[in-house]
Amino acid sequence: MRALTWHGKHDVRVDTVDDPDILNPRDAILKITSTAICGSDLHLYDGYIPTMQAGDILGHEFMGEVVEIGRDSTLQKGQRVVVPFTIACGSCFHCSKHQYSACDNGLPADNQDIAQTLYGQPMSGLFGYSHMTGGYAGGQAEYVRVPFSDVGPIVIPDGIEDDKVLFLSDILPTGWQAAENAEIEPGDTVAVWGCGPVGLFSVQSAFLMGAERVIAIDHFPHRLELARKFGAETINFEETKTYEALMEMTGGIGPDACIDAVGLEAHGFFADNVWDQIKASTFLGTDRTHSIRQAILACRKGGRVSMPAVYGGFVDKFPLGAFMEKGLTLKTGQTHVQHYLPGLLNAIMEEKIDTTFLISHRLSLEQAPDGYKMFHDKQNEVTKVVLKPGLDLARVP
Amino acid sequence: MADVRDRTGHDDAPLSTAKDGERAQIVASELDGAKGDTLSGKTVTINRPRDELFAVWRDFSNLPKFLDNVISVEQLSDGRSHWTVRGPGERTVEWTSVVTQETPGELIAWTTEEGADVPNSGRIEFRDAPGGRGTWVTATVLYDPPASVVGKIVAKMFQREPAIQARRDLRRFKQFMETGEVATAARTRKQLDEENA
Ligand SMILES: NC(=O)c1ccc[n+]([C@@H]2O[C@H](COP(=O)([O-])OP(=O)(O)OC[C@H]3O[C@@H](n4cnc5c(N)ncnc54)[C@H](O)[C@@H]3O)[C@@H](O)[C@H]2O)c1
Ligand SMILES: [Zn+2]
Ligand SMILES: [Zn+2]
Repeated sequence: MRALTWHGKHDVRVDTVDDPDILNPRDAILKITSTAICGSDLHLYDGYIPTMQAGDILGHEFMGEVVEIGRDSTLQKGQRVVVPFTIACGSCFHCSKHQYSACDNGLPADNQDIAQTLYGQPMSGLFGYSHMTGGYAGGQAEYVRVPFSDVGPIVIPDGIEDDKVLFLSDILPTGWQAAENAEIEPGDTVAVWGCGPVGLFSVQSAFLMGAERVIAIDHFPHRLELARKFGAETINFEETKTYEALMEMTGGIGPDACIDAVGLEAHGFFADNVWDQIKASTFLGTDRTHSIRQAILACRKGGRVSMPAVYGGFVDKFPLGAFMEKGLTLKTGQTHVQHYLPGLLNAIMEEKIDTTFLISHRLSLEQAPDGYKMFHDKQNEVTKVVLKPGLDLARVP
Repeated sequence: MADVRDRTGHDDAPLSTAKDGERAQIVASELDGAKGDTLSGKTVTINRPRDELFAVWRDFSNLPKFLDNVISVEQLSDGRSHWTVRGPGERTVEWTSVVTQETPGELIAWTTEEGADVPNSGRIEFRDAPGGRGTWVTATVLYDPPASVVGKIVAKMFQREPAIQARRDLRRFKQFMETGEVATAARTRKQLDEENA
């Protein structure tokens, strides 16, 4: 089969590799119909995530048709399914609490040592996201092996096109969980750092959960424009002093809840950011954390900070004093995707949530390396790239 | 090896977590039936009932399904069993092991007989986890590291070092019992066979 493989910083290629096999009783094999490039993939593309190996197949946002099933899979051949990016068993203590991204059994036993050393306990496996998260092949390919297929994938009813449901795999539940973690109360003002896919779904979710106002922060005019379409007020941090603006726009109180949807590649020439960048480019040590620092500083006293943004290592100058003195709450984590799927699929079918607005580019699998470059270099216009392996076949004369 | 908890009365933590590794080894190697002087102990919580876990473990022919380096276990008479295990490098090592203590649903202890390639002894304990969270499974192994320091380094490189192996094997046992399979990130049958070789 053809698959998008990682070879190093800013070097991804489409290679021919062996097709996947059913290896465990609960496995299924999918023929991929749609797969997206994620902001998290850019962290791999930029070489920020350790334990990558040349030839690793990327992609954790994908859907497709079931073409093969193991003995204990509950899926049927021919079904269309969307697959959560978190690989979780469904039967351990954490899964029974619906903390799927904390599953005990998603990682192969030999891969658990790295995360255990770095984080204290190993996390769930992830598709296509380094060997620290299992070393599972991702779905930016023609086919993918899906472990625990009786627990993760959600079956999509006929008649709903891929583009409407693909983002159930990651960014829609991630935006939703971010808003849920912000514990929004009626009358609240919620500030969202970052108007990428995660930030934009956080904006939509925050309004659905009853936020009175949402203030969205970014420096890309087009992305800010999308946030405005959903009813958010905006701050362009290149032109405006974010903290000062947030304080003025909330009558000196600060936002009730702050969502950091930027992550370890925060843009901008802020003194702390530049220092972080120097260190991050030398070793996995210091993440670039300008946005979370600012969120803690701006957040109102006794408020909530929600951090869907991904960080991998350590931070310097974390404003622990402000965090403590103001009595803030911080909630974060990889998304417990499986937990949100039925509810969000319903919301899509009832047209309460729109996802297709986000897709700016549809490319074939062969064009995936261009897709990475575009998404990386032109974030203003390129909001989401969806790869359709079927488009390659369509082009054959 | 009657008890692996520290009897000298410093605190309530297991001996295998002592900062003073030497003290731990001395205490451990003086325990009844001890073979070897490197102590490794690990506990995992498995979300299954104690009796079920005990029964699967006690049927030693199941062990190669989740003990990575164990090629085969042949049950002999009188609580004895013959083990064939992958050693450092390409070698296999063998020993005959005898069950020294057995309490159904709770504990199996063993020690190797004379002539073992890697003399070892240990125990596997099953206790009800607090809060109805299933079972605490604790494996404690005492062993003589394969020959020299060099041997141990080589073993580590090949991930055959018993302390690392015990930790990973317990995780595999947990996976096998909780999910019915042992997780692998292999994509193809060929990759999986190479991993298991
Ligand atoms: N928790 C999870 O399970 C999960 C899942 C998916 C993605 N993520 C993470 O969420 C984050 C966002 O993902 P995405 O796909 O939306 O990424 P993205 O790169 O498309 O969007 C990030 C946005 O943040 C903006 N930004 C950069 N610096 C900023 C600053 N200082 N202030 C305000 N905005 C700033 C960028 O201009 C960009 O529009 C990433 O860190 C990603 O890894 C987490
Ligand atoms: Zn993603
Ligand atoms: Zn689990």
